[in-house]
Amino acid sequence: MNHLLLVPVLLPLICGALLMMASRSPLGLVRSLSTLSVLLLLACAIYLLPLANTGQIQVYALGNWSAPFGIVLVLDRLSALMLMVTALLAIFVTLYALRGDDQRGGYFHALLQFQLAGINGAFLTGDLFNLFVFFEILLIASYALLLHGLGPARIRAALHYVILNLIGSGLFLIAAGLFYGVAGTLNMVDLARFVAQAEGDQLLLLEAAGALLLLVFGLKAAFLPLHFWLPRAYASATAPVAALFAIMTKVGLYSILRFSTLVFGEQAGAASSLGSGVLWVLALLTMALAALGAFAANSLASLLAYLVLVSVGTLLAGIAVGSAEAISATLYYLIHSTWVIAGLFLLADIIAKQRGEFGSSFKVGPRLLNPHLLGGCFFLAAIAVAGLPPFSGFFGKVLLLQAVPAHAAWQLWPVVLVSGLVGVIGLSRAGSLLFWRHHNPSSPVPALDKTAFSIAALLLLSSPLLVVFAQPVISYSEAAAAQILDVQSYLQAMQLEEEL
Amino acid sequence: MELLVAIAIGVLTFSGVYLILRARTFSVALGLTLFSYAVNLFLFSMGRLHTGKPAVLSDATSYTDPVPQALVLTAIVIGFAMTAFVLILSLRAHTELGSDHVDGVEKPKLEPKQRKVKGQSNQSKRKRFGATR
Repeated sequence: MNHLLLVPVLLPLICGALLMMASRSPLGLVRSLSTLSVLLLLACAIYLLPLANTGQIQVYALGNWSAPFGIVLVLDRLSALMLMVTALLAIFVTLYALRGDDQRGGYFHALLQFQLAGINGAFLTGDLFNLFVFFEILLIASYALLLHGLGPARIRAALHYVILNLIGSGLFLIAAGLFYGVAGTLNMVDLARFVAQAEGDQLLLLEAAGALLLLVFGLKAAFLPLHFWLPRAYASATAPVAALFAIMTKVGLYSILRFSTLVFGEQAGAASSLGSGVLWVLALLTMALAALGAFAANSLASLLAYLVLVSVGTLLAGIAVGSAEAISATLYYLIHSTWVIAGLFLLADIIAKQRGEFGSSFKVGPRLLNPHLLGGCFFLAAIAVAGLPPFSGFFGKVLLLQAVPAHAAWQLWPVVLVSGLVGVIGLSRAGSLLFWRHHNPSSPVPALDKTAFSIAALLLLSSPLLVVFAQPVISYSEAAAAQILDVQSYLQAMQLEEEL
Repeated sequence: MELLVAIAIGVLTFSGVYLILRARTFSVALGLTLFSYAVNLFLFSMGRLHTGKPAVLSDATSYTDPVPQALVLTAIVIGFAMTAFVLILSLRAHTELGSDHVDGVEKPKLEPKQRKVKGQSNQSKRKRFGATR
């Protein structure tokens, strides 16, 4: 047992608690503690990544209670990758927030740490009820973070977000209860073993529970009929919060991927690939409608929120296909979309600050102070996010398009390509309005915050870097996909292998 | 006993869902509370219903399952905290947005009163239209 598996959960929890208590101490102390925490988190993720890449699934039994009875943390390639994505994102979000956004309300840093604890926990846990608890931790923190800075728009968005997610939590509990009531276990690997043997009424109940879980994860991931909360919430959130929320939909997608491969995977017999047909259709519809939404958006922030939805649809399509190549492509696209969209949210905030009262809305506003720098950066980022060559968005989409089997390709190709095209039109409309059309400045705006800009630019730099280092990233994601499809290895890691 | 508990859960869920679908934040908060009660009862009953059995493992061959009880405790704590949060948020929304509608704005078209006096509302619309001109 490697005790370092606990660090990604415990470190932000402890730092969050300390930051709560230190809220009245000098600002410098609070900020440096928060920064130190995310740096340590990154160090931990860097340590865990090669550990997971050995191929050995690391299991940490809390309190040394062995697998089906106690709660376990599981580190495989997939969760190590997700930890890495989160840790790197957290650093940029924290550094950007230090440029003043953390002062727009209380407890920003403490809430950020709690949110990270919840996200990391959700990626690491191997227990269904534990997953519920970590979901709650990250959701409660996100409720407060969404409200950070207050204002009517945020409160209105938060009301929907909170109520919807509370209903989701109720459904999650029903699903967890059903699983326990039927299978007598909450350990995900043990559940996989049980589902593989279940038949008759038991199987029906388990499938009902699985469908409920899919609904709950879908609410987090925000695919088609469950996405209505997202555009308003993301568009109204403070920039660093919106950037951090780029990982939130991925938590839902991660859970769907985990459940569809582990519990309802190949070995599950009658229950295998539960709901993947529905997910496939929903993924395509999400992509198409989100692209239309991006086209109709009335501000840069809501345009980006719809681009988040497009990426959710793309990723969900990969998960619904479920082959090793498709999952590998999905993981690559997941890294890209998280970082690039987060970077774009930060860049949009910098642009909005230069437009004074016009903010990021698509109205002809004053001339920007640094139109060439911001415009150039926006242009490159738009290319990356829309999926045009030579950046990582293009690469991820090509991988995904290649990975789908021929009978599904004729459905996926047009949707991905047309939604990409519509996205490009939406982005170019936004760019031409923001950077080319203006009237004389009406009110003085603060000069460009060079540090904040370089933080956003560095995060966006991840896109070309993902192309340069595509080889190691893809070989890792291929290994991760192969690992999560091999359910037997999880049973062995938890010493539950007897019969399957 | 099973039937009674099942009916109780059903009635609670029904009332909860009905209230959640209302347009006012207070009824939604009440609905969420009822729904979480239903969920907690359901979770509790997943350990099967027993009376007069030891609560934890003992020499007895039959005992009540402690795991759902522990799960319910966790769920209750989280549920209470979230109910409090929703209430505070609704109050905040009411003061900040000036309305207790879940969308933060009134939708006069859907109000039954307005529908009855259609002619009047049309008139007032026309008036408003004229005023903007």
